[in-house]
Amino acid sequence: MLLINCPWCGPRDETEFGYGGEAHRTRPADPSGTSDIEWAEFLFMRTNPKGAHRERWVHSHGCRRWFNVERHTVTNQITRVYPMGGQVGGTEIATPAAEQAIEAKEPKQGSRS
Amino acid sequence: MADTLLRRGGAERFTQAVAALSPAAGPRLAELTPPGQINLRGRPSDPKFVRTVGGVLGCVLPLSANTVTSAADVTVLWLGPDEWLLVTPPGVETALVARLREALGDLHAAVTDVTGNRTRLRLSGPNARETLMKGCALDLHPASFKPGQCAQTLLARSGIILHQIDDTPTYDVYPRRSFSEYTWMWLSDAMAEYQR
Amino acid sequence: MTKDAFRGATGGRIDRSRPVTFTFNGRTYRGYQGDTLASALLANGVHLVGRSFKYHRPRGILSAGSEESNALIQLERGNRTEPNLRATQIEIHEGLAASSQNAWPSVETDVGSINNVLSKVFVAGFYYKTFMHPQSFWMKVYEPVIRRAAGLGKAPAEPDPDFYDKMHVHSDVLIVGSGPAGLMAALAAARTGARVILADEQNEFGGSLLGTREMIDGRPAADWVAAAVEELRAFPEVRLLPRTTVTGYYDHNYLILAERRTDHLPRGSAPKISRQRLWKVRAKQVVLATGSHERPLVFADNDRPGIMLAGAVRTYVNRFAALPGRRAVVLTNNDSAYAAALDMNDAGIEIAAIVDLRGHAGGPLAAEAKRRGFRVLTNTAITATHGSKRVTGVDVMMMNGPGEDVIGAPTRIDCDLVAMSGGWNPAVHLFSQSTGKLRYDDELSCFVPGVSVQAERSAGSCKGTFDLPACLAEGAATGAQAALAAGHGDGVAPAVPAATSVAPQPLRPLWIVPTTTPVGHGKAKHFVDFQNDVSAADVLLASREGYQSVEHLKRYTTTGMGTDQGKTSNVNALAILAKSLASPIPQVGTTTFRPPYTPTTYGVLAGRDVGELADAARVTPMHSWHVAHGAAFEDVGQWKRPWYFPKGDAQGTEDMHAAVRRECRAVRNGVGVLDASTLGKIDIQGPDAAQLLNRVYTNAFLKLDIGKCRYGVMCKEDGMVMDDGVTTRLGPNHFLMTTTTGNAAKVLEWLEDYIQTEWPDLRVFLTSVTEHWATASIAGPKAREVVAELAPDLDLSPEAFPYMSYREAVVAGVPARIFRISFTGELSYEINVPAQHGLHLWENIMRAGEKHGITPYGTETMHVLRAEKGYIIVGQETDATVTPQDLGMGWVVSKQKADFIGKRSYTRKDTARSDRKQLVGLLTDDPNEVLPEGTQLTAIADGHAPVPMLGHVTSSYFSDTLGRSIALALVSDGFNRMGQTIFAPLGGGKTVSCAVTKPVFYDPEGVRLHG
Repeated sequence: MLLINCPWCGPRDETEFGYGGEAHRTRPADPSGTSDIEWAEFLFMRTNPKGAHRERWVHSHGCRRWFNVERHTVTNQITRVYPMGGQVGGTEIATPAAEQAIEAKEPKQGSRS
Repeated sequence: MADTLLRRGGAERFTQAVAALSPAAGPRLAELTPPGQINLRGRPSDPKFVRTVGGVLGCVLPLSANTVTSAADVTVLWLGPDEWLLVTPPGVETALVARLREALGDLHAAVTDVTGNRTRLRLSGPNARETLMKGCALDLHPASFKPGQCAQTLLARSGIILHQIDDTPTYDVYPRRSFSEYTWMWLSDAMAEYQR
Repeated sequence: MTKDAFRGATGGRIDRSRPVTFTFNGRTYRGYQGDTLASALLANGVHLVGRSFKYHRPRGILSAGSEESNALIQLERGNRTEPNLRATQIEIHEGLAASSQNAWPSVETDVGSINNVLSKVFVAGFYYKTFMHPQSFWMKVYEPVIRRAAGLGKAPAEPDPDFYDKMHVHSDVLIVGSGPAGLMAALAAARTGARVILADEQNEFGGSLLGTREMIDGRPAADWVAAAVEELRAFPEVRLLPRTTVTGYYDHNYLILAERRTDHLPRGSAPKISRQRLWKVRAKQVVLATGSHERPLVFADNDRPGIMLAGAVRTYVNRFAALPGRRAVVLTNNDSAYAAALDMNDAGIEIAAIVDLRGHAGGPLAAEAKRRGFRVLTNTAITATHGSKRVTGVDVMMMNGPGEDVIGAPTRIDCDLVAMSGGWNPAVHLFSQSTGKLRYDDELSCFVPGVSVQAERSAGSCKGTFDLPACLAEGAATGAQAALAAGHGDGVAPAVPAATSVAPQPLRPLWIVPTTTPVGHGKAKHFVDFQNDVSAADVLLASREGYQSVEHLKRYTTTGMGTDQGKTSNVNALAILAKSLASPIPQVGTTTFRPPYTPTTYGVLAGRDVGELADAARVTPMHSWHVAHGAAFEDVGQWKRPWYFPKGDAQGTEDMHAAVRRECRAVRNGVGVLDASTLGKIDIQGPDAAQLLNRVYTNAFLKLDIGKCRYGVMCKEDGMVMDDGVTTRLGPNHFLMTTTTGNAAKVLEWLEDYIQTEWPDLRVFLTSVTEHWATASIAGPKAREVVAELAPDLDLSPEAFPYMSYREAVVAGVPARIFRISFTGELSYEINVPAQHGLHLWENIMRAGEKHGITPYGTETMHVLRAEKGYIIVGQETDATVTPQDLGMGWVVSKQKADFIGKRSYTRKDTARSDRKQLVGLLTDDPNEVLPEGTQLTAIADGHAPVPMLGHVTSSYFSDTLGRSIALALVSDGFNRMGQTIFAPLGGGKTVSCAVTKPVFYDPEGVRLHG
C-alpha cells in the first residue's frame, strides 16, 4: 500500500488515488498533422523503465486533482511529487504535512509535459 | 414550495431505530436533516473572487487544505485547491446560490446547488474516533486531525467528507446520498463494540 | 483425568490456583492458566501429537513457538473448527477441545503409516514422477486420493459464527517483538513522547526472557520485564498489543498485524468483541526485534516424538514448569544447548550426555556442565535413535575429522528426551518482506539483515546479536534512533540495565550429521523439513536431478512449503544444497520470504466486509418505494436498480418474463415510469464549456441552443466508444451532461484529466450532480397526460415543448428540470428534482398516473424497449474495440470539426477497415428462439472445428411488441451482410439460423418519439 503525498491534501493511502500511466506525454497540438507512426507512438508506446518512472495519479477520493509522481518501479520508493505543469525535476515535495505550504496555492495547471 | 416539504434523509430505512444507537455509553449516531449544500468553484489566486465570496458568506474562504471556516448561516469546507462545499441550514441554500451568483457576476466561478448530493450523519461521544478508525485510513489522532479540519477520504468502501466538530469528539460524516444506508449500517456495526 | 505427572512442583509462569480442563483426541487432561496446549500436554507426558504429512510417521512437539512444524492441531468442532493451529501457540482455556490431524483412525494407530514402509516410492518429486499417466486419471483418481491421504486439517463446512474487524492506526515507531531488544527499544522510544506500538505474538511480553532464567539489574529478568511493561503502560501514546502477530510488511512502512482478541477465552464468551482484529499500521519507523529460531540438527531419524529443540525444552522447564522428559541427551553444535542443559538439570531432568559435534567444548557454560559431572562427548554424533512413538535411546559414535563419517562402534544411551541445537537463525522474515537484502554471516553461520530499503532497523537476535547485554544495548540505541528519525527525542540511548555476558564459543556448521551408512542408504531418514517429510536424501536427489536453484529445490521437494513456511528447515535445506553443489551458501541464497509470517485466518483478512457490508450497495431516493412494492433488483455496478416489478395475486407471483411483457405493453400502449436516478450527471459551467464539449464529443456542440438537448458519443484517443449520453444547454455558459450509470465517475475523472493537463487554458468547472437529482422517466403515449397533472402550469404541446428540449417547472410542488428525451422510442419526459424530494416526486407520479394505469418498470423492460429501437448500451454493444462507425452511428461523428478526441484514429488503417465487426440486427428463423447473449456466430451451419467466428450476440430479448425474438450482434463485415443468413451454434448439436437485418426493429421513422 503506497503512501502518496497529494500535493494538495498531504499523504494518503494509495486506495484514494487513481493511476493515469506515464507522465509527460503530450497530445499533439494538431493530431491530423501526425503520421500514422507518430500517432501510434502517442497512443500506444510507453517507456516502461526499470527505475525512476514519472507517472500521473489523480486523487480520486480527495481533491480530484491530477498530479505527477516519480516512483522507482523496483523499490516503489517515491522520490518526487509535483503538480501538473511542473518541470521534470521540479519542486520536490518529500514530506509536507497536510497543512503545510499549500495555503492559497493555485492548481498550477499546464500540459502533461 | 419545496422548503415546506419533508426533506428526506438518506438512511431513513434504518434511522427509525435511532434510539438504539444512543446508548448509555459509547458513541451516538444520528442522521441530521439534510442541510443545504452548495458547491463553489473559483480561483483562489483571484483576490476579487476571494473577497467577493467572503463578503457574501460573512467569513473568509478557507484557503488551507482540509480546513473549515464558518459564519452564522454557513460552514465552508475546503474540498480542493479551487473547490469548496458550503453547508447551510435547510432551505437557506436557494437564496445563497442566487446571492453568490449575483455577486460573482462575470468572474470565472461556478456555484452549484448540490443539496441532494450528500446526507449528513453525526457521530459523537466516547470511542467515536475508534469507530472511524475501523474503516478510515486517515490519521485521526488529536495531534493530526482536529476540530475545524475536514477531509475527503474513504470510510470502508465508500467515499465521505469528514468534518471534526469538537473535541468530544464529534464528527460530521457526509456520505454520497446513495451510500447513506451503507455508511449508516457500517458505522452502527463498527460502534456496537463500545455500546452498553 | 490423568495427573500432570511431568510438572515441576514449583516455578513457571502458570497460575496453579487456576487449573484448566481440556480434551485432546477425546481424552481429558488438566493444565493451568498460562499453559499452551503444548506445555500442558508435555506436563501430562503426552508427546505423540500428530502424524507427518507424507509418511504418517509419529511426531511430537518440536518447538515452543510459532515456528512449530509438527504439532499441528485441529481446534474445536462444527462451525468453530479451525485447522493447522500450532499447539505451541494455543492458550488453553476451560473446555478447549483439540485433536490431531492427518491420522486415521487415530494418532496411535494410523493406517496411513504404511506409507513409511513404502517410503522408497515417496522420494522427492514423487507426485510428478508417479502420477503422470494416464492423464485422465489426474482429476478423477490421483488428486482426490492424494488430497485425502496427505491432507492437513479440515476446513469448517459451516459459516463462521464469530466476527472480525480492522483498525487503521498511525505510529511514529512500531516495534515488533518484546524480548530484551524490543522492550528496551520501546522504552527508549516511548520516553521521547513518540507514538509507539509494541506488538508481540505471545500472550505476554518478554520474548525469550520468559523462557530463560537470566538476571537483569540483579533481579530475575521477568521482574525487569514486568517493570518495563508497567512503565510503558503509563505512556498515553503507547499502544501495547500482545497476542498480535505482525504478519505482513508492505510498501512505505505499511504493516498488517493480526491480533487474537478472544481466542484465549472459551468460545462465544465475548460476543461483542471481534474474535480477531487486523491492525493496518502506517509507521514512520519500524524496529524489528523479532528474535531468532533455533535450527534442528539433521541426523538419522531425528523426528521421533521426544526429540525437541534445546531452547524449547529450556522454555518448557522454565516458563511452564513442564518436564519434557526424565533423562535427556543433548545434541549440539554450539554453546546455547549447554545453557539449556543446565536449566533442565536444575528442573530435575537427568542429563545422560551432552553430545557435541565440535572437537572442543570450551567456555563458561561447558565448564559448568563439566563441573556438574555431565558426560560431555565431543566430536561425537548421534547415529541412530530408538523408539517409535517416543524416543527411548540414541546411538552415539565418534566422527572423523571433517565430520563426514563415523568411527568405531556405536554406544547406546537410554533416554526419553533428545534436546538438539543446530544454532540459531535470526527471524529475518519481516526484514526480507520489507525488501531488505540479507547477508550471510560466516562467523555466525546464518543470514542476517544486510541493506535496508525501508525505514526500519533491526535489533537483537534477529540481527544476529545473541548476547543479552548486547541485545539490551542495541534495543536502547535503536529505539532512540527510530524515535529521533520520527521526530522525537535526541537519539541518545537511555541507560541500559546490567546483565551477564556469556562470550559464546564458535559453532560448528555441520549440516548433515553422519551415520553408519551414507545419507539415503539404509532405513534411517535425516529429516530437514519435518512437516513436509523432506529429508536430506531428497535434497541431494533433487540436486542430482538438476534442481539446483533454491527456488526450484523448494518446489520440487516441497521443502519449506508447509504451514510453517520452513522456519526451522530452510537454512538446513539450502546449506545441504550448497554443500552438494560445492557452492558457498550466500551464492545459493534463500527463497523469498512472503507474507503472512504465520498462517492468518480468512476471517481477519475479510474483517467486516462480509454479508450486507461486503460491498456498498447504492440506492436511489425512491428505493424504499421499490422495496415496498416488491421490486426485484438488479446490480448495476454498486447500484441496486429495480429490475422488474412482479405482480402477485392468489395464483402466485409473475415470473420475470411475464412481468417484463406486461411492463413493455404498458409503455408502448399506455404509460410507464422508470427510476433513472442512477444516470451520471455533470454540471459544466464556464465561458469555455461549449468548447470543452465540442472537443470531447464526436459531434458538434458549439451551436446547441439554450434549452435544447443533444445526444453525444465520447471516444478515447484511439477512437473507440467510451461513453454516451444526452447533454443539455441550460444557459450560455452552463450545460448539464449525462453519462451512463456505470461510467459516471470515470467520465468526470477523464474530463478533469483533459482540462487540468491538456487544456488548462479552458475556463470551465465540472461538478458532479449525479446524486443531487432524483430522476423519474415517464414514457408512453399517455405520458403527456400524467405530466400535465403534475405540472399544470407547463405548456406540454409538441410545439411549445418539442422532442430533445428542456424546461423548468414546478412539479408536484417541487422546482424541477424536465427533459423531453427518450430511451424507449416513446413520448417521454425525464423529471429531475433534488434528491431529498425524489420519493415525494415518485409517489405523486404514481398517484397522478393511477387513472392512466401507470406502470413502474425496471431495467429489463428498459433494455427490451431500447433494443427494439436499436439504441446501444455502452458496455453491452461496445467493449473498447468498437467505433461509432462500427455501430452504424457515423452520423454522430462530425466531418467538419478540425479536431476532437478520437478523430485522428479514424484514419488509422485498422480503424478505417470496412470489414470490421459492425452492429446489426438478428432475427432468428424461429421467432420464439431467444439467443443467449454472448452466442458466437458463424457463416456456415455446420463444419469441423475450428469454425471461424464472425462475431457475437450483444443483446437478445423476446419482444412483446413485435411478438418475436430480436437480437443485436457485432458481426464482421455486418453492413454488407444485410439479408444474409448466418448461424448461431448453441452446442449440443443445436444450430439456430438467423437473418441479418438493420438494428432498428420498431418505429424506424421515430414517429412515436416526436408525438
